[in-house]
Amino acid sequence: MLDEPLRQSGGYIGQSVPRREDRNLLLGKGQFVADIQLPGMLHVAFARSPLAHATIGTVDVDSALAINGVHFAASGSDVCAELPPINGMQVVTPQGWRDRVDTDILIPDQPLVPEDRVRYVGEAYAMVAADSRYIAEDALEQIEVEFEPLPPLPDAESALKDDAVLVHEQLGRNVAALLHTRKGDGADAMESCPHRLSRRFVHHRYAAMPMETRGVVAEYDGRTDTLTVWSSTQVVHWVRREISTALEMPEERIRCVAPDVGGGFGGKGHVYPEDILVAWLAKKLRRPIKWVEDRHEHILNAAHSRDNIYDVEIGFDDRGKIHVVTSSFIVDSGAYTPVGAGIAGNSIAHMLGPYDIPHYETDCKVVLTNRTPNAPYRGAGRPEVGFAMERAVDIVANHLDLDPAVVRFRNMIPPEAMPYDVGLTYRDGVPMVYDSGDYPEALRRALDALGGLEVIRKRQKDAWANGKYLGLGLGCYVEGTGVGPFEGATIKIDSTGKIMVATGACPQGQGHETVFAQFAADMWHVPIEDVYVTVADTADITLGYGTIASRSTVTASGAIKIASDKIQEKALTIAANMLEVGEADLEMRDAGVGVVGIPDMHVTWREIACAAKPGWDNQRPIGVDAGLEATSYYEPPTVTWAYAANAALVWIDTDTGKLEIEKYVEVHDAGVLVNPGLADGQVKGGLVQGLGGALLEELAYDEQGQLLTGSFADYLMPTASDVPPIEVLHMETPSPLNVFGVKGLGEGGAIAPPVVIANAVCDALRPFKAELNSTPVRWQDIAAITENADRQQNMRADQEA
Amino acid sequence: MVTVNGEQISGSAEPRTLLTDFLRDELRLTGTHVGCEHGVCGACTVIIDGFATRSCLMFAVQADGSEIQTIEGLASAEGEMHPLQKLFAKHRALQCGFCTPGMLMTAIDLVQSSKKLSEEDIRIGMSAALCRCTGYEGIVNAVSEYAEQLQDEEASNVG
Ligand code: FES
Ligand code: FES
Repeated sequence: MLDEPLRQSGGYIGQSVPRREDRNLLLGKGQFVADIQLPGMLHVAFARSPLAHATIGTVDVDSALAINGVHFAASGSDVCAELPPINGMQVVTPQGWRDRVDTDILIPDQPLVPEDRVRYVGEAYAMVAADSRYIAEDALEQIEVEFEPLPPLPDAESALKDDAVLVHEQLGRNVAALLHTRKGDGADAMESCPHRLSRRFVHHRYAAMPMETRGVVAEYDGRTDTLTVWSSTQVVHWVRREISTALEMPEERIRCVAPDVGGGFGGKGHVYPEDILVAWLAKKLRRPIKWVEDRHEHILNAAHSRDNIYDVEIGFDDRGKIHVVTSSFIVDSGAYTPVGAGIAGNSIAHMLGPYDIPHYETDCKVVLTNRTPNAPYRGAGRPEVGFAMERAVDIVANHLDLDPAVVRFRNMIPPEAMPYDVGLTYRDGVPMVYDSGDYPEALRRALDALGGLEVIRKRQKDAWANGKYLGLGLGCYVEGTGVGPFEGATIKIDSTGKIMVATGACPQGQGHETVFAQFAADMWHVPIEDVYVTVADTADITLGYGTIASRSTVTASGAIKIASDKIQEKALTIAANMLEVGEADLEMRDAGVGVVGIPDMHVTWREIACAAKPGWDNQRPIGVDAGLEATSYYEPPTVTWAYAANAALVWIDTDTGKLEIEKYVEVHDAGVLVNPGLADGQVKGGLVQGLGGALLEELAYDEQGQLLTGSFADYLMPTASDVPPIEVLHMETPSPLNVFGVKGLGEGGAIAPPVVIANAVCDALRPFKAELNSTPVRWQDIAAITENADRQQNMRADQEA
Repeated sequence: MVTVNGEQISGSAEPRTLLTDFLRDELRLTGTHVGCEHGVCGACTVIIDGFATRSCLMFAVQADGSEIQTIEGLASAEGEMHPLQKLFAKHRALQCGFCTPGMLMTAIDLVQSSKKLSEEDIRIGMSAALCRCTGYEGIVNAVSEYAEQLQDEEASNVG
């Protein structure tokens, strides 16, 4: 009876249920960290390094302290005397992964405020707390500091030189991680390939850039020795754990809440020094403390992402069948690497994508430099490796004079090969098996949405004949989603019969309260209004993991299911007792439990909850303990594999280098869609971020390690008028790995656009034999291709003359 | 003295206090958000004397004597949402909701100040504010439908 189909007709799963989050947000009644104001609150500001690499001499905060309204000022040595650094080696990798991937990992600790050395522009070297942020910033100007400049390492290649200074001397090298793995014969398979091509691909640095910057508020209650911390984070339990470690307080004495969070996309997916510092100061000064990052600070100091260089070799036959891929890549991780080798691990696992490629070998260096720390951003290693791989596939096609679509079809894993054993190990330590899907069908649909391959090629020829340039850009990927290790849920049926759901998920706009309510309403056969969901509050659930890595729908639904099953089993026993029938005759229906076939014999969850209470006159059978609540943790067997095919038609103006996207299509499959409207919004939002990364956004550094794009005037974000016509089509191949058939989808959209655009440009400019193997795709680069071609033609003409 | 959401308010502010901070910290109207404090993102947009204005680029004292409408003044006093707010929900024009107040104020001004708006006009008009989550489709659709509603109303008033 508990195993009835989980996607009932007329249920909520599968419906575009309106979001319960919307009303407050629309009325301006959302509560973001910056909106919290507490009596007696002090405001923190940080002095941040203007240099990329320097030894810190004396830091004198006395004149800052002398300012009226300033209550606290501390240098790095003051902070280091009281607080340990964030442990660099805390992001553990499972044994199963280490068995299969050779690793040599040395992640440096991150001091909360360094005392001896600054390692990137924007790293804090002192902090103040004052009555207002205005005064705190005045005080920063009074801090006197002596810096002794060190040679800056502005990028990964300079950090790898033999004579490079060390960013972290104690490591003895500028490499935080070395990874290597292979499948089949690895690079040895290259020998026997009829064709081999090598290329370098560069994916530049850009970032999550949520519209709400980061922020933290903390309040300490001396009577109960408890701390409450509100942080704009995707990982409340992680933040709590680090505060607990640093302040040596039991985790249970710390409550960490992420109130409304104005976007995260990975940029708020790990603990930052400020989370701990603000909590510490609240306890130390016994006053509420607030710190809200300004945008310039955010661009300098919140994690950046991407920034990879790939050297790829690809071996293939005359038909374009790829036999082997090797890659050697470096990740510029900046001065610290807050999530270890996670991004590189993702890249390694995702290189082969939807293709059946028997041999593969890859090695990677995660390099420490004097840039801002690099952490996952939507896609997390997949856009980078996807750029390399999907460009390479197009280059193979061009080399053989085949259509890139044809080469993709020839290499794709056919649906009948599912589940498909990739021959690698995922970073959860489990052998990678693509669970379900039809990759060629996704690509067919994408092409059809643009008019079909034949029509596209005809239009392209006609364009060329008229001196115009139209290109087809393709990009396919697979994405491991719903990664473990676990997520938690607590379910309680209170005496009103309402279903209370709490999970460890920490949404930043995904609509989890709505989605989780849909799950619970179907599991409990209640109207959705009867389900109350809380998220992102450690007070409501002991252990949680958080909302990163496209994982919450998969993992939290699993936890809600296990906890619900546990309670329902007991509830049925109690209901059987109340109705004086056997459990086998019962079914869940109409917000309670009834006897099959007898409409009148029914008890509601409310009645069952009252019957289950401890105390006199309860109606529990002997031996059944009181209460209807359970906390469960879902540990997914491994990841579910979402995938997509992207295609775009792009016009190039060869005179100006201007690029215009006629239409962009993504065919996306994330299994069963719980709320199709919200799923669609996730993919589209991701796509536009990907297009921003492809064309507009860049965190550019000069050779001194100075960030050149420190404001929204320089760091260009896509606006409504930058967005081309976009169509997203959904396929829904259920995952066999969970009862709901769901897969994750938060990151997908952002993965393919950079390579799709680059492929489209190269395809349009095929007459020039153009290759564009780096991002962002700049009009200058496009113009250069055609100018060069013109010049060569003129030269040839001159020579002939 | 300023009028905020129809209410006359007198207060004092340091010369350097930004209007955003005055609204948020003094008046506790925290629906107006701060995304950049340098005039690009539009999250801080409020309507001053009829025009969408970035409150982070103004000192509070500069608003003396003016009439300000913030997001808190958009719905009716009874909590009935403004038609555009309802359309934002209908078209899924928000995810995290951080940009939403600024988007709504930007859109209200845009629609009120132009007669007929093509999709392109709306895209250009709405490019005054940044949204990182939605990719803008829902926002553009919501504003389009609102513009149509207003036009229909006008047409029927005339007819
Ligand atoms: S906060 Fe005013 S424009 Fe960004
Ligand atoms: S909804 Fe998040 S920034 Fe617009």
